[in-house]
Amino acid sequence: MLQVNDLHVTVDGKEILKGLTLTINAGEVHAIMGPNGAGKSTLSAVIAGKDGYEVTQGSVTFEGQNVLEMEIEERAQAGLLLGFQYPVEIPGVKNIYLLKSALNAQRVARGEGEMPAPEFMKLVKEKLGFMKMDASFLQRAVNEGFSGGEKKRNEILQMLVLQPKLAMLDEIDSGLDIDAMKVVADGVNSLRAGDRAILLVTHYQRLLDYIVPDKVHVLVDGRIVRTGDAELAKELEANGYEGIEESVA
Amino acid sequence: MASEEMEQLVRREYKDGFITDIESDTLPPGLDENTIAFISNKKGEPEWMLEWRLNAYRQWLKMKEPSWAHLDYPPIDYQSISYFSAPKRPEDRPQSLDEVDPKLLETYEKLGIPLHERAALAGVAVDAVFDSVSVTTTFKKELGEAGVIFCSISEAIRDYPDLIKQYLGTVVPVADNYFAALNSAVFTDGSFVFVPEGVTCPMELSTYFRINAANTGQFERTLIICESRAQVSYLEGCTAPMRDENQLHAAVVELVALDDAYIKYSTVQNWYPGDENGKGGIYNFVTKRGDCRGDRSRISWTQVETGSAITWKYPSCVLRGKDSIGEFYSVAVTNGRQQADTGTKMIHIGEGTRSYIVAKGISAGRSDQSYRGLVKIGPRAKGARNFTQCDSLLIGDKSGAHTFPYQEIGNSTATIEHEATTSKIGEDQLFYCQSRGISEEDAVSMIVNGFCKDVFQELPMEFAVEAEALLSVTLEGAVG
Repeated sequence: MLQVNDLHVTVDGKEILKGLTLTINAGEVHAIMGPNGAGKSTLSAVIAGKDGYEVTQGSVTFEGQNVLEMEIEERAQAGLLLGFQYPVEIPGVKNIYLLKSALNAQRVARGEGEMPAPEFMKLVKEKLGFMKMDASFLQRAVNEGFSGGEKKRNEILQMLVLQPKLAMLDEIDSGLDIDAMKVVADGVNSLRAGDRAILLVTHYQRLLDYIVPDKVHVLVDGRIVRTGDAELAKELEANGYEGIEESVA
Repeated sequence: MASEEMEQLVRREYKDGFITDIESDTLPPGLDENTIAFISNKKGEPEWMLEWRLNAYRQWLKMKEPSWAHLDYPPIDYQSISYFSAPKRPEDRPQSLDEVDPKLLETYEKLGIPLHERAALAGVAVDAVFDSVSVTTTFKKELGEAGVIFCSISEAIRDYPDLIKQYLGTVVPVADNYFAALNSAVFTDGSFVFVPEGVTCPMELSTYFRINAANTGQFERTLIICESRAQVSYLEGCTAPMRDENQLHAAVVELVALDDAYIKYSTVQNWYPGDENGKGGIYNFVTKRGDCRGDRSRISWTQVETGSAITWKYPSCVLRGKDSIGEFYSVAVTNGRQQADTGTKMIHIGEGTRSYIVAKGISAGRSDQSYRGLVKIGPRAKGARNFTQCDSLLIGDKSGAHTFPYQEIGNSTATIEHEATTSKIGEDQLFYCQSRGISEEDAVSMIVNGFCKDVFQELPMEFAVEAEALLSVTLEGAVG
């Protein structure tokens, strides 16, 4: 589904990713772990198309399409969706309006036509209930005055409504207490499907107790230095990243 | 040079009107007492009205054009302007929509202007462009039954001289400022509204209904009076870009609210802003003032300003009556080379008076925008309160936003709150929306509309919907 091949990325002239290669197949959940500054967030940002990242070498393809040549919105329309570590506030724009605009923009791009309003409302209410969010969320401005946990829940709510093919979640566990993390993890787990893949970017192993990945990659200094199954995450938890770095060196 | 541009415009008018048809009602450029006598005579005005105009003219001669605004434009030659021109003759106007600039039609399309109204807006010479006559008739009948007078100011001077004598120039005195004095001397048309005691006007009044009586734009004069416990909502302007050959506009609007009266005045202004270099756009120098003369009266200004090359406009409220309320809700958008210096004045005179100011400025392209607001609390205005919120949004890195708040507080019991923000349209906000599959253009429009929401919700419903569409069209291509 997603193929990242020998990806080199620089930010402000500094090389952050130094030849990253990764393949994600439909139905799989991958976790990328690594110390701060290793380039974890850079990877998902480049795939989503954020400004300020220069790809100097390598390729990213999604279902055979060259992702790096697509506009930001085209990537989302193709089914690539990024959940933000720090979702921005958009004053005056209601959550429900953003959700509806996003869903319909994606549907129209795929030639499906806009979703009728009653069907949309039914869908949103169902997902809202699943995320244990109050209906008043929909009428509030996007992320404005949301607590950290509310913002993260809102990111997952968007995923549940937009149903991407590849969901990328950047540090979705940061700043969450244990109850909020369970709700978020339930949301992510409900996305698991044979035709969908999930990419988790995380610093801590804790999240992976709730969302058990098929594959764990360790990213150190711009490269994946080790790949394993869920057990690898536990090993990291016990020995820390330093052990890995040393073994690589 | 824009002054040459204006000269050309004037010359063209001269050629089209005066020379080709000597019998027509068009004056050659120039302004003196004869010009004013001609206008007054053409309007069939009584002697006292002529004297009123001449008085204004004589005061204007002694005044100087203001230069304090944060605006930059070449000097205006007032002698090169024609102060009375008859509407274009039908044969000189486009004969069908096929002859109209396709770009203009495209804009109408985007704004969702009904087909039958597009022809009228584009100035097409069609007799029955739409069923305006019967609409107007039904409308007038309903207003008449309620006792509401809604007519042109010229008709009012003829038919309701007592009301005119009593109220005209009492809110904006003839020598109030340079442009108001000029308007008082040479105004050619405008609207008059009178809502008698205890009456709530049965419909929203709109100049839109007078669309076929075009060409009244240059020196418009509007007077609205609400007697005790009367209410009216007045809508001025139109979201569609208006064609106008006159570059200089200097309107005066006066509102009078007696005890417990409520006047809501909403404006959507979308005059031609000029080309990308700012050439040929309208200069808009407007004096709008409401007088809350009665106790517990309320005047509310809501404006969406997107057009004109130069905007100089400060809709104000004089809060004379006890516990009276003044409100100002504004969205001003500038793009290209537009310049706007706009804001409000809230003059608290009476006890317990309250005012609210919510001003949202959006600057894109190479445009420059200033908010200028005065809150003045007089010594007798015990317990007066003001709340001001003033937000600027910058799009791109070549636009400018400035805020000039003035406060004059004359007693210690007043409460003043002022909040101001300036922000750039966040790349992070754009990325967030786009990464959800929304196009950049739609994302900009969504963020900007969100920014303006507090003001849009003050607009009458259909106006609000049009205003949102207008904003998107105005800011097209502003990013990227």
